[in-house]
Amino acid sequence: MTEQTAILTATNVTKRFGGLVAVSEFDFDVPKDSIVSIIGPNGAGKTTFFNCISGFYEVDEGTIEFDGNVLNHRSPDMIARTGIGRTYQNIRLFTNMTAIENILVGMEPILHSTWIGAILHTPGTLREEKKAVEDALHWLRFVGLVGKGDFLAKNLPYGDQRRLEIARALAGKPKLLLLDEPTAGMNPMESAEMMRFIRQLRDDLGITILLIEHDMRVVMGISERVTVLDYGMEIAEGTPEEIQRNPRVIEAYLGRGAATGLGAGKAVNA
Amino acid sequence: MVKSWDIDLRIPLRFGLIAGLIALMESVIGIVTLSWERSLVANVVTMGQVLLFAPAIVIASMAAKQANQDKKLVSLLYGLVTGFLTAIPLIILIAMATAFDLRQFMPNVSPALIELLTFGRSPVAGSLILLGVTSLMGLLAAAFDFLPKFIQRPLLMGLIVTLTIGIFSEILSNRLRDLVSVDFSRAIFEGKALKTIIAAGLFAFVAVLNFLWNQFQEPIRGAFGSLPPRLTRVLRVLVILVLIALGLLIPTIAGTYLSEVINNVGIFVLMGLGLNIVVGFAGLLDLGYVAFFAIGAYSMAVFTTEGPLGVSNMSFWAAIPFCIVIAAFAGIVLGVPVLRMRGDYLAIVTLGFGEIIRILALSDLLKPYIGGAQGVLKIPKPTIINFFAVIRDFFVNLFRGLPLPKAPFETIDLIKPEQFYYIVLAGCALAWFVSWRLGESRLGRQWMAVREDEDVAEAVGIKLVSTKLLAFAVGAAFSGLSGAFFASKLTSIFPHSFKLDISINVLCLIIIGGIGSLPGVVVGSIILVGMPELLREFKEYRLLMYGILLVVMMLARPEGFIPSAVKRREMLTADEQMQASAETESAAGD
Amino acid sequence: MRSRLANIDFIGVFLWVIRAAIIVAVVWGTTATILNNTYTTRQWTDFLVFGVAQGSMYALIAIGYTLVYGVLFMINFAHGEFFMSGIFTATVFLALPMDNAGWLDRNPLLGLLIIAVVSMVISVVIAVVTERIAYRHLRTAPRLVPLITAIGASFFWQNLYRGLLGGEQKPFPQLEVLTGTIPMLGTEIQKVHIVVIIVTIIMLIGLNFFIIRTKTGKAIRSVAEDKEVAALMGIDVDRTITITFITGAAMAGIAGVLYAMVYRQVHFFMGFIPGIKAFTAAVLGGIGSIPGAAIGGLFLGMFESVGPSLFLKGLGIPAFNQLKDVIAFTMLVLVLIFRPQGILGEPLAEKKA
Repeated sequence: MTEQTAILTATNVTKRFGGLVAVSEFDFDVPKDSIVSIIGPNGAGKTTFFNCISGFYEVDEGTIEFDGNVLNHRSPDMIARTGIGRTYQNIRLFTNMTAIENILVGMEPILHSTWIGAILHTPGTLREEKKAVEDALHWLRFVGLVGKGDFLAKNLPYGDQRRLEIARALAGKPKLLLLDEPTAGMNPMESAEMMRFIRQLRDDLGITILLIEHDMRVVMGISERVTVLDYGMEIAEGTPEEIQRNPRVIEAYLGRGAATGLGAGKAVNA
Repeated sequence: MVKSWDIDLRIPLRFGLIAGLIALMESVIGIVTLSWERSLVANVVTMGQVLLFAPAIVIASMAAKQANQDKKLVSLLYGLVTGFLTAIPLIILIAMATAFDLRQFMPNVSPALIELLTFGRSPVAGSLILLGVTSLMGLLAAAFDFLPKFIQRPLLMGLIVTLTIGIFSEILSNRLRDLVSVDFSRAIFEGKALKTIIAAGLFAFVAVLNFLWNQFQEPIRGAFGSLPPRLTRVLRVLVILVLIALGLLIPTIAGTYLSEVINNVGIFVLMGLGLNIVVGFAGLLDLGYVAFFAIGAYSMAVFTTEGPLGVSNMSFWAAIPFCIVIAAFAGIVLGVPVLRMRGDYLAIVTLGFGEIIRILALSDLLKPYIGGAQGVLKIPKPTIINFFAVIRDFFVNLFRGLPLPKAPFETIDLIKPEQFYYIVLAGCALAWFVSWRLGESRLGRQWMAVREDEDVAEAVGIKLVSTKLLAFAVGAAFSGLSGAFFASKLTSIFPHSFKLDISINVLCLIIIGGIGSLPGVVVGSIILVGMPELLREFKEYRLLMYGILLVVMMLARPEGFIPSAVKRREMLTADEQMQASAETESAAGD
Repeated sequence: MRSRLANIDFIGVFLWVIRAAIIVAVVWGTTATILNNTYTTRQWTDFLVFGVAQGSMYALIAIGYTLVYGVLFMINFAHGEFFMSGIFTATVFLALPMDNAGWLDRNPLLGLLIIAVVSMVISVVIAVVTERIAYRHLRTAPRLVPLITAIGASFFWQNLYRGLLGGEQKPFPQLEVLTGTIPMLGTEIQKVHIVVIIVTIIMLIGLNFFIIRTKTGKAIRSVAEDKEVAALMGIDVDRTITITFITGAAMAGIAGVLYAMVYRQVHFFMGFIPGIKAFTAAVLGGIGSIPGAAIGGLFLGMFESVGPSLFLKGLGIPAFNQLKDVIAFTMLVLVLIFRPQGILGEPLAEKKA
């Protein structure tokens, strides 16, 4: 436990696929209002861990607790409703829906109107829908996609799709946001902007951020705590500075010939 | 400038072969013989002639287009060769039929067919004539392409409209006789075809109209666009009112036979709207949709029948809510096991469900309850209170000081199709309204999201279970209502009315109309249900047409005739979207 | 919160109730039938042999579904029509004239061989045309689209044949050599059933050799594995897919001949039910797997033949034979719900995330 209270606590989490142990006895917590990164070589079990949190996978052992709720045995939609939003490594938008519609769908956790209300156009439903559209426009502006609301998601350029995915996650008013490689495929300038944006999410909106990232510049630049996974096991945990000096981390990366000087803060994985 | 001719004879060879095979196919399956005598325009052209020569014309024109734009002679040559080749398979058929008795193998290769293919001459002379005719057609088709576009289009339009009206001559002439007078009908139609002079006039009229519209479309639209918004709104309301009035007047205009056809279309529209929710909105491919139709029909049957199988002597109106609820419940029950299934697996399982329901209905197991193969008979038609008579009596008695009318009021049975129409119309209107409201709502977005990506939809907080089950339930409810109407309309139902064909039919009509599009359902039903009913003599070829239509549609226009809003947007290019978006922006900024 | 949890459980419970109900019904019915000694051992053997023969035909047709699904991930709804077209054509143009001339009875083996070859060729032609026109351009289209063209193609061929060769049932000639029975396994087994089983075994062995040993077979397997990589390795993907269709259709063509020999009737709609059943068999065995198709077919055939008498009768259901098709469809539904990967198939679940 750090000085702050943890919003997400994973205790002894293990996930196996047949004989392969993707995540092994992993203990982990995310302090409230912090930015925490998980790094590790490819296949280290980072995305698997995300999928366990968001309910795609059922953990084999251990518990995941979020904001006072145990997440085990809950379906993804219930987990989303407890206040966890996420993005995906390979962007997964509703490609044949417009940007606005994507954000409106992202608002699901906070909408309450029913289908009967929709048929009868009850005042409550109409009010909620009106508010939802206004909010969606707000999120669109917030991520800098003004004027692109009517675009089909698949017709947006790559960078805009990333932003839209974040807007969709934000629209559900999450307390914790899971970002799976938010800067993948971005050039250094775009990455820097994304870093600013992520920090702004935490500072202005008070959303706790947990991210998987390969770009060391991003990881070291914005994280308050970093956890390193290798073969599903935690090999180090600490502040970015501690991680950069940790011999096991350097070995894990260098051993694979993937790292080119973590200390120099260069991108490890293009 | 390249001086070469660029002739590639393989092009007309391939096209000619295809056209020839199509013409041959039409001949040997008997549709040409069947429609040979059916005049479209009296003494000018019959449906059989159109069918037989259409491949030569259409495909020769396609072949001609393959030639270089400025090589007119080459394109003429292509047309000619294509036309020429079209006749070859037919000539082989003539030769073979003359030499052997092909009829023992292919019942439709009759002497009548050979006689009409050879124009009543000897095989050799006839073949030569046929060759000449198709070649000429190919040539003309190629030459037609030289006309400027602004002349081509009105001519084609005129031709299509005239021939279409020609096909439906019999029905139209009957209606005109009843609505106007025998003489008027005789003035326009001769026997079962359009009169030549009238056809010519109609052709000219449509062509000119189309020509004018093409020329002045822009200014007219501009003029409408620049009207004050107040006025456009009034105009729009007026148009809607006229449409409603027309909708209410249809049975009077259409008469008994057409009303019956329209009712059948309406029953399919209702089913189509339901399946549109399941397949179009939520993306759950259901091939066993007929099950809910059957459940609705059987519910109506056993609740209301006066025969031995009746469980209660409910009225039509009392039974309707039960039918809807039972069908919706069945939708949920059959939906639960398939919740975790995707795509084509779902299609096959639902197909299985549909067949199981039908076989069960047919079996002796359920015979004591729903009649097995003998079905359920004596289902009463709906009855309504004769409001007109009641109100009249009310006032008459009021004036005369007699006791006012009391329940039970005088009732009328809705026996005639013209009367039943209003029930179907009300059902369709209700289903349309519900579909529209749900499609625009939060639930509609949930369905779309589930259709796009189930996992992500779940991860953003959509409850998959209730979202999918609602789609199944609403879809099944519409289908159940449709089945209830069906049972009441026919007054007796049998298991063989609920075959897989119906499911496929409904699926086809929403695809042809444009998946996810409500007007598309109506258009699809008219094309796939209405037209075949009107062309009853070609009943045997109905499914063949479906098959061709499905394949061609998927290859050429997978989004359907009237694409839904989303699909339409997809077809816009990125530039157009940019523009559209910019316009919304500026509008919002004002 | 609590109610949402209940939601999930409700479905699990529902599925368990279905499972339990079916197991109870089957066990109950079976016990009742056996205790009542309704049928003699000999009758059971008859049921079994008939089931194996029936299952052999399903297996041959199922191969086509499985092969096409393996390479294209599409359900070739028109496959039943490949089955119908071959034997329908061969019957009308060959079998009946040969029979009328008395030639078929004099040269039964040669006659049947010619019929089989023609049936295969026609089935193959129909399959190639269908693939070329209705499927080839749609390989990259959403999965709903080729399924719909397949339905369209199926309707087209059925009704084309109806117009072409007539809508009524045609008798397939009864051959002297194939009538009668042979004593075996303590009962009299119909000769025709033996022929069906033997031919199927030969065809399956041949197919296995073709797929495993020949270069073309390897090409098919590699295209099934990954089309893009196969193309990079210099395999002509279009050609390989066509060959896949040809192989499946040839099997269906043979199955058509066997079907006609057993039931001695052909008509334009004959492809529908065997088509659906064979698809069930393919799914049952694990779609995409060739041994799976064979095992699935056999299993379904036996189940259908024995099932109604075994447990439906025991349950006291009147006219239980009417429900034969319900058994097949119920099995399809159950397999897809509880074990979508089939008996031999690989789990498809991992494709999810």
